[in-house]
Amino acid sequence: MTRLYTINTATEIADKIFEFWIDAPQVARNARAGQFLILRIDEKGERVPLTISAVDGDAVRVVFMAVGKTTEHLATLQAGDTLADVVGPLGKPSEIREYGTCCLVGGGAGIACTPIIARELKAAGNHVIGIIGSRNADLLILEDEMREVCDELFITTDDGSKGFHGYAADVLKRELDHRTIDAVWIIGPAIMMKVTSAATLPYGVKTFVSLNPIMVDGTGMCGSCRVTVGGETKFACVDGPEFDAHQVDFAELMQRQRIYTDQEKLAAEKFAEHVCRCGEGGHCHE
Amino acid sequence: MSDRPAATRVHDFAEVDQGLTAEEAIAEAARCLQCKKPLCVGGCPVCIDIPAFIAEVAEGNFAEAARLVKEQNMLPAICGRVCPQETQCEGVCILGKKETPIRIGALERFVADWERESGATLPEVAAPTGRRVAVVGSGPAGITAAADLARAGHAVTVYESLHEAGGVLTYGIPSFRMPKDVVKAEIEQVVRMGAEIKKNYLVGRSLPAEELLAYDAVFLATGAGLPSFMGIPGENLPGVYSANEFLTRVNLMHAEKFPAFDTPVKHAARVAVIGGGNVAMDAARVARRLGAKVFLIYRRREEDMPARLAEVHHAKEEGIEFLTCTNPVGIIGDAAVTGLECVKMSMCSLDASGRPSPEPETGSEFTLDVDMVIQAIGTSPNPLLVSLIPGLERGRKGNVVVDEDGRTSIPHVFAGGDIATGAATVIEAMGSAKKAAAGINRMLREA
Ligand SMILES: Cc1cc2nc3c(=O)[nH]c(=O)nc-3n(C[C@H](O)[C@H](O)[C@H](O)COP(=O)(O)OP(=O)(O)OC[C@H]3O[C@@H](n4cnc5c(N)ncnc54)[C@H](O)[C@@H]3O)c2cc1C
Ligand SMILES: Cc1cc2nc3c(=O)[nH]c(=O)nc-3n(C[C@H](O)[C@H](O)[C@H](O)COP(=O)(O)OP(=O)(O)OC[C@H]3O[C@@H](n4cnc5c(N)ncnc54)[C@H](O)[C@@H]3O)c2cc1C
Ligand code: SF4
Ligand code: SF4
Ligand code: FES
Repeated sequence: MTRLYTINTATEIADKIFEFWIDAPQVARNARAGQFLILRIDEKGERVPLTISAVDGDAVRVVFMAVGKTTEHLATLQAGDTLADVVGPLGKPSEIREYGTCCLVGGGAGIACTPIIARELKAAGNHVIGIIGSRNADLLILEDEMREVCDELFITTDDGSKGFHGYAADVLKRELDHRTIDAVWIIGPAIMMKVTSAATLPYGVKTFVSLNPIMVDGTGMCGSCRVTVGGETKFACVDGPEFDAHQVDFAELMQRQRIYTDQEKLAAEKFAEHVCRCGEGGHCHE
Repeated sequence: MSDRPAATRVHDFAEVDQGLTAEEAIAEAARCLQCKKPLCVGGCPVCIDIPAFIAEVAEGNFAEAARLVKEQNMLPAICGRVCPQETQCEGVCILGKKETPIRIGALERFVADWERESGATLPEVAAPTGRRVAVVGSGPAGITAAADLARAGHAVTVYESLHEAGGVLTYGIPSFRMPKDVVKAEIEQVVRMGAEIKKNYLVGRSLPAEELLAYDAVFLATGAGLPSFMGIPGENLPGVYSANEFLTRVNLMHAEKFPAFDTPVKHAARVAVIGGGNVAMDAARVARRLGAKVFLIYRRREEDMPARLAEVHHAKEEGIEFLTCTNPVGIIGDAAVTGLECVKMSMCSLDASGRPSPEPETGSEFTLDVDMVIQAIGTSPNPLLVSLIPGLERGRKGNVVVDEDGRTSIPHVFAGGDIATGAATVIEAMGSAKKAAAGINRMLREA
């Protein structure tokens, strides 16, 4: 069998945040900003969606936070390892056109999704502002890359250890108060997207968020990823993942993200125990 | 033949129907009248020479029987199991008029299983034609077309978006009805005939439409996988599933083995499944196997249910409670499902399809205490790829419009199966795929 889906590099770029470059030609050759892929580690693995954060030839980059069983397991893999499956690009690309001035707001691991959008917006002739925020300076990722691609970059940390002391939403409001911004992208945890997009509402600015509901197939066949946008049910994997932030029912999204909390905890505990015992991690190697 | 007892089988996912033994098959085959004008053949959408293969079974020539079946049907172990025989071949068998019809499906399954266990012989494949054909979707339609096209000597590539081939046979129909090793073995034969299957390709995204259209011929078999929801309040509460999601989590992702497998599914104490087709029966029986008390909610009468008779029968044996003439109007719950509000229906005047159309009875509302709701009210053609192909004509329901050869509005693009017909059956999907494959062959020969 051909060795598809090889992990070319695997790097921990901040505490619990990992950057992988994966060989997946059919994904890399067709990927556009805003799209994602779904990968499966092995025969027992689940299908996890991750945003395509950059492309280089036949390889794609994903950046993920180790938060549960699958992402913890993924974090144990190294360069040279292979994945069972990678499918993509999935979802609709970002709505890239010439808006004028655009602002990209990334929170936590969500920052990973911003450079590829920034790059395409730039190429379409926009002036691009970046605002990236994290809990503290150590958790800030992709700063250099964002600095290179954006015309202006603001940094925020919750604890003030770097840049503006506070939230990305505060800097966004400050900018909206003294200049015209024509389109805003906000990507991060659901709660951050909810709060931050509330900030743009009074200014009537077109605002996109990239939703991350629980998915299975990612091709529009199951409805697991359904979200309510403007009172209508949409499937985030094919109708999105980007939607008009001001139309999204965030409360429902967050409720649906918690459907499997109990099972996720069980899986993570079992995984941790297994890693301790055999020191290898992953599925049982009976 | 025997079904495993309900009391044991509801605790596992092993096959319910154990099939015929060789002696039983020979005895059953001996009952066939070998009609000169066999009605049964007309009832089979792929026109298997039924009397001929049954005659071989009666003689104990199982290999020859298998060969005869496979002339028309490359997936006999599948069809023998899931065809709605009572409305097809067996429904018109002459013996059905007086006594019981010949159990054609069971015999077909028998010869296919026998052949698989004793080593299958492959049909002959023609010399390479140098023509490239792309098949999109690896369900029964895609696999059938791939087999016929590979046999004709074309270089066939089947693209499948999921990580396993088989379409609904793999992700939808549970293993207690359609064992996955049977599906894999039948697909494997098509691969051995020379067709290549590329998984993890969502055509339209992983392979752009222009690249697809660059093939000498294209067969679209993307199925009708888009689940419908009723549009009632409470539908997005945790604990409400489409049958597709519920079945996919279990059949494709093995959620019943969580946490040995990573994908979870909710386990509920009391489950309401809405619908009356095969999909509803499958969802109900899977929920039962996950340990729930299951109610099947259907708005018409039991005799109106579109499911195969055997599945209705099996579901009842397994303790599924049928609430017919009942329609859900709302799902109740705050953080999760706690109940299903229903209304009783009375059967009024006949509708366009000749069935009585149900009307809600005022004052008959009641609430069923359940903690999970599964909607199995239908699916429609997958819109993703077909909406990305410019100039492809589609019907009102989103189906791709085809002529009698399976040809679409684009001359070298053909379509078949559920994407063309709307949700139908395995054998109809295969029948339309065979027609399209013949059409493609003709086109490639003439070109
Ligand atoms: C379109 C999309 C793009 C995403 N991009 C990224 C990314 O670039 N980087 C990143 O770190 N994360 C991303 N996510 C979230 C990522 O998929 C989840 O963190 C991951 O599935 C968690 O799996 P787990 O087993 O490690 O954790 P779990 O223990 O399963 O869950 C931890 C958290 O992840 C959520 N989650 C679990 N399973 C899924 C699933 N199948 N789909 C979506 N969310 C799930 C749960 O709601 C829970 O809050 C994205 C999600 C979507 C839908
Ligand atoms: C739960 C359930 C039970 C059923 N029970 C029965 C039964 O007992 N008897 C019976 O006769 N029929 C039954 N049916 C109906 C039958 O399964 C379908 O009619 C049949 O599978 C249709 O075949 P198909 O090849 O057209 O599509 P499908 O089987 O749906 O296959 C389509 C394939 O195409 C893939 N695909 C879609 N879009 C793309 C794309 N863009 N790129 C690549 N791949 C793509 C899909 O992933 C899928 O694998 C049942 C259906 C369900 C859901
Ligand atoms: S394929 Fe289906 S309809 Fe045809 S003979 Fe077999 S069981 Fe009957
Ligand atoms: S109609 Fe019935 S009895 Fe006649 S050939 Fe067909 S299976 Fe045999
Ligand atoms: S993940 Fe299944 S429809 Fe979106």
